[in-house]
Amino acid sequence: MHLTQEEEQFLNGEHGEVTARLFRLLVRLGDIYEADEMIPVGSVQVAGVSYKSVGDPGLAFLEDIADQEAKVKVLTFLNPAGMDLEDWKEIGFPKDFADHQLRIMDAFKRMGIVITSTCTPYLAGNLPRFREHIAWSESSAVSFSNSVIGARTNREGGPSALAAAICGRTPKYGLHLWENRQPTIQIDVEADLSFTSDYGALGYTVGKQVKNKIPYFTGITNANTDHLKSLGAAMAASGAVALYHIKDLTPEADLVETKRLEKITITQKDIDETYQTLSKGEEPDIVILGCPHASLREISLLAEKVKDKQLKKPVWICTSRMMKEAADRMGFTQIIEKAGGKIVADTCMVVSPIEQMGYKKTGVNSGKAANYLPGFCKQEVVYNNINKLIDKVI
Amino acid sequence: MISPGKIEGEAIASTEPIGFYGGIDINTGIVIEKGHMLEGQSVKDKVLVFPNGKGSTVGSYVIYGIAKNKVGPKAIVNKETETIVATGAILAGIPCVDGIDIDQINTGDMLMVNADEGIVEKK
Repeated sequence: MHLTQEEEQFLNGEHGEVTARLFRLLVRLGDIYEADEMIPVGSVQVAGVSYKSVGDPGLAFLEDIADQEAKVKVLTFLNPAGMDLEDWKEIGFPKDFADHQLRIMDAFKRMGIVITSTCTPYLAGNLPRFREHIAWSESSAVSFSNSVIGARTNREGGPSALAAAICGRTPKYGLHLWENRQPTIQIDVEADLSFTSDYGALGYTVGKQVKNKIPYFTGITNANTDHLKSLGAAMAASGAVALYHIKDLTPEADLVETKRLEKITITQKDIDETYQTLSKGEEPDIVILGCPHASLREISLLAEKVKDKQLKKPVWICTSRMMKEAADRMGFTQIIEKAGGKIVADTCMVVSPIEQMGYKKTGVNSGKAANYLPGFCKQEVVYNNINKLIDKVI
Repeated sequence: MISPGKIEGEAIASTEPIGFYGGIDINTGIVIEKGHMLEGQSVKDKVLVFPNGKGSTVGSYVIYGIAKNKVGPKAIVNKETETIVATGAILAGIPCVDGIDIDQINTGDMLMVNADEGIVEKK
C-alpha cells in the first residue's frame, strides 16, 4: 500500500504509540482488503459503546486509550449506549450497569469524541455530504449514509472506527470505490407501502434473500427519510446490505449500471407473510418504537396517538438526545409521559438490558428490532404498525 | 506479518479455534471455555498456536486485556488470522504470524517466532 510521508510517521511512532498501533491496524486491514492507499475521512461513528456489548474488556481498552491522551482528528459520534445517559435511574436501568456505562462515555469524551450515542448521527448533527468518505459503524447508519445521502463508507468495527477517528484515515477499499457501488440485484416492489413497519417488513424479507448484495429497487415511489431509515436498517440486520439504490429516489440510482441484473419481485403477499413470520405473539408487555432512533416526526406521531389517553402497558420511543431536546421543547415529551409512555434517549432496546428488567414480549414496528430482539434480549416479538401496536395497549 | 516482533518461547498448541471473549479469563490468561482442549491451561508467556479465532468481536479487547494484565501470550501463531485476532494482536503489540502449518507444532516445542519475516522455526 502506498503511504504518504505523514502516514509513514504514524507507523514509525512519531505521533505516539497509540497512533502507531491504531494506524498499523488500518494498514493491516487495508492489506487484507487490497487497498492501494489511505483516504482522509470527513467523519467517524464508533461502535462498541454499550457496556452490554463490550463488557469489562472493552471498558479497560477504552480507558487505556483515553489515559494515553489519544485524541480524534475528525468529527466523531457514537453508537447507542446501553442506557439513557441522563434518566437511567428513573427508567430502571441497574446501577452497576450504569456505573460502567458512564465510565465508557467518559473515556470517549476524553478522546474528544462527541458523546451523542445514536444510530442516526445524520439527524443529530453529523451529516456527511454526497460522495464524502466517512468511517461509520452502526449498520443502519452505514446503509443510510451510503444509500440515501450517497456518502461512502464500509461497515467499520469498533477498533477500526476508533483507529480511523484518531488517524483521520481509512483504507480505500470496498464501498469507497465507485466500481463496488453498482447494484447486483434488482427488486421490483409490487406492494402498497404506507407505514414505517411496511418498509421494515420489506427490508427484512429482502435482506434475508439478498444477503450482502446491493439491491436496486423499483416500485418505491413515495418513501420519506423515516421509511428509508427503516428499510435500510432491516436489510442490514436480516442480511448484510450496506448500500441500496431506489429508482428515481436515491442520489446514485441514475448513475449506476442497471442492465442485466437478476430480478426478484416482492408482492403484497410477501409483505403480509413477513408480518406473520416476525410476529410470535399478540399481546405485548411493552411496546418499543424508535429503531433506528426516532425522528422528530415519528415522536410527534406517537404524541398525537396517545394525547389525552392512558396506556395500560409501557410504551418507549428511543431517540437521540438532540431529538429528545426538540420533543421536550415542543411538549411531545410531556404528552407521551402523561399517557404513561417514555422517550428514552441515547440507547436502544437491542443494546439495553431489557430482559433484566422483566419484559418478555415486546411490540415493535421495526424489522431490525424484530430481527435482533429474540436473540439479544430473549424477547418474543409482536410485529405491527404503530397504530395497531398502540391500540393494543391503550 | 500481522503484528511485528521477534521472540523465542514455548508453544501451547490447540488444533481447535479459540474464542477469546468468554474463552480466556482476562485476569489470569487461563482458558475457561468448557470442553476446549486447552481448558484450565494458561497462555501466559507462551507462544499461543491455534488455527484461527472464533466468536465475538469483543475478543479483540480480551487479547488486549490479557496483554495489559501481563498474562498474555508472547506471540500468536495461526493458520489463518481473521480480523478479531489480528485486531487484538495489533492493538496489544503481540507479535502475530499467519499462514503457518501449525500441525507440525506441539505443546512444549521451543519456537523462534520472527513475525517481521513471517517465519516460525522449531529450536
